[in-house]
Amino acid sequence: MPLNLTPNIADADGFYDELLAAHQDLTKDDSDAFNARLILTLANHIGDREILRAAINAAK
Amino acid sequence: MVAVRYDTVFKLYPYEKVPDQDKPARRHPVVIVGGGPIGLAIALDLGQRGTPALVLDDHDGAGTGSKAICFAKRTLDISHRLGVGQAMVDKGVVWNVGKVFHDENRLFEFNLLPEDGHRNPAFINLQQPYFEKFIYEGIEAAQANGAPIEVRGMNAVTALESHDDHVVVSVDTPDGPYTLEADWLIACDGARSPIREMMGLDFEGRVFEDNFLIADVRMTADFPTERWFWFEPPFKGSGQSALLHKQPDDVWRIDFQLGWEIDREKELDPANIRARVDAMLSSQSGEVPEYELVWTSIYTFQCRRMKNFRHGRVFFAGDSAHQVSPFGARGANSGMQDAENLAWKLNFVLNGHAPEGLLDSYDDERGFGADENILNSSRATDFMTPKSDMSKVFRNAVLELASKHSFARPFVNSGRLSVPCVYDGFPLFGVDALDGPTVTRPGASCTDATVDQGFLLDHLKGNFTLLAIGTEAPPQFTFDGVAIDVVHVPSPSPELSTRYLGDAAQAVYLIRPDQHIVARWADFDAEEVECAINLSLGKA
Repeated sequence: MPLNLTPNIADADGFYDELLAAHQDLTKDDSDAFNARLILTLANHIGDREILRAAINAAK
Repeated sequence: MVAVRYDTVFKLYPYEKVPDQDKPARRHPVVIVGGGPIGLAIALDLGQRGTPALVLDDHDGAGTGSKAICFAKRTLDISHRLGVGQAMVDKGVVWNVGKVFHDENRLFEFNLLPEDGHRNPAFINLQQPYFEKFIYEGIEAAQANGAPIEVRGMNAVTALESHDDHVVVSVDTPDGPYTLEADWLIACDGARSPIREMMGLDFEGRVFEDNFLIADVRMTADFPTERWFWFEPPFKGSGQSALLHKQPDDVWRIDFQLGWEIDREKELDPANIRARVDAMLSSQSGEVPEYELVWTSIYTFQCRRMKNFRHGRVFFAGDSAHQVSPFGARGANSGMQDAENLAWKLNFVLNGHAPEGLLDSYDDERGFGADENILNSSRATDFMTPKSDMSKVFRNAVLELASKHSFARPFVNSGRLSVPCVYDGFPLFGVDALDGPTVTRPGASCTDATVDQGFLLDHLKGNFTLLAIGTEAPPQFTFDGVAIDVVHVPSPSPELSTRYLGDAAQAVYLIRPDQHIVARWADFDAEEVECAINLSLGKA
């Protein structure tokens, strides 16, 4: 299955809210570190190297 | 004396002296304070049901100024039930194409292709004074048919005295003060509600530190009927966001989000406004079309609500009860839902068809609606004006990705258009005994669909209604003095089928007077229906 670049999250606004809430009151360094941890966690869930490579390219 | 705070665009209900003013306080069943869209809509709804409604307004018509301009489908559906929706749609502007910009870049455009099988469009743009005028014309038509509605202009409420079973109201007029009494009073007197002040009630929430400059311009030049929205517009000094969209009479509404620390006087200088407007209007074509400034103002906004919308014999509806940011058009639209929620309940209680406790559900249901609207409009505001560095990083990442990948577009938030809330799990709603679509589950308001040559909502005239699709139901009947309409659709249209049957072969819906679905079943069962009606009236 190729990388899905079409909308795929139900209640996008709710998710966005939750994501930003996780950053609330963090310092810049802590926020950056949190983002890194989050990316690695999601990448592990995806697992598929082809998809991960496509995602890295899509975000460039 | 009654102070004049603003000019009126349409003089609708000029002051006339009435006999009440020379008599001891007379008792009225329902007194509505404020003749804006919400107050007038409640009066019209009550009057059409035969319940006397008296509106007191401290002016004599629809005020000038930049107010609500976007009226959503649910509002048009409610207005249609009241007989005034078509005039609004005929006058209003419908647009489908929107373009989203970030700085110099056009990120994407969207086309809101209308869904089939609805009488009304998803929304129209219409200046609020027209909206008020059309409702008022509905009131005049209803009065001509004997509806007991009275609107008194230049009647300013100056004091209120609450009792267990009535309210005493002091009113000032050009001929001096008088007093009247109300069984029930509804304060529709706006965000700065004098009634709320007089009663010393709370109005809690969040203040957004932002100023918005509004410029309504008239241009007859050929300019596309599209909504243009900028994040971080490139025009000099234009602030965090800018919005352009069309209203009737060749008027375009332009909003500039200027930030908090501004010099109001300087920003309101027509030369400065024109410089910004020139830059915006020429940004796509390179040419400045001819235009005239019709109205300019600067406003700030809050998201806040009263803790309770009912205080004994006094109700608050519309902006007096809750205030939201303008993004998503949730002000007047949510107020119209307050109006339809309260009108039938008050009518039923006054007629003795429901216990007084039914009225508490107004606060329960509309408080939920207010919270949902505040949440949505706060999210839009936070997206447009990120409140921290990291939220700005994410916001800009969304915008950048949105220009390339469609997945990011649902995150782009310049306001989510007002849709009615669903009263999921609220006490006055009953069973969902049908394997049907979620869009029409109990608690939801009825979505429209074609029925025969017309539309479903045309058949929901403000009584309790049984909708039987592909199955038998009794003809119109009366239960405990309450008239129950029956709409029988033997063979549903494809839209009605999709929206009301789903995988089910047949269905029976019980629908409240405000077109919200109480319960649904596969078959008609008299006992089940009677239980659901009792539940819906707060009798269970």
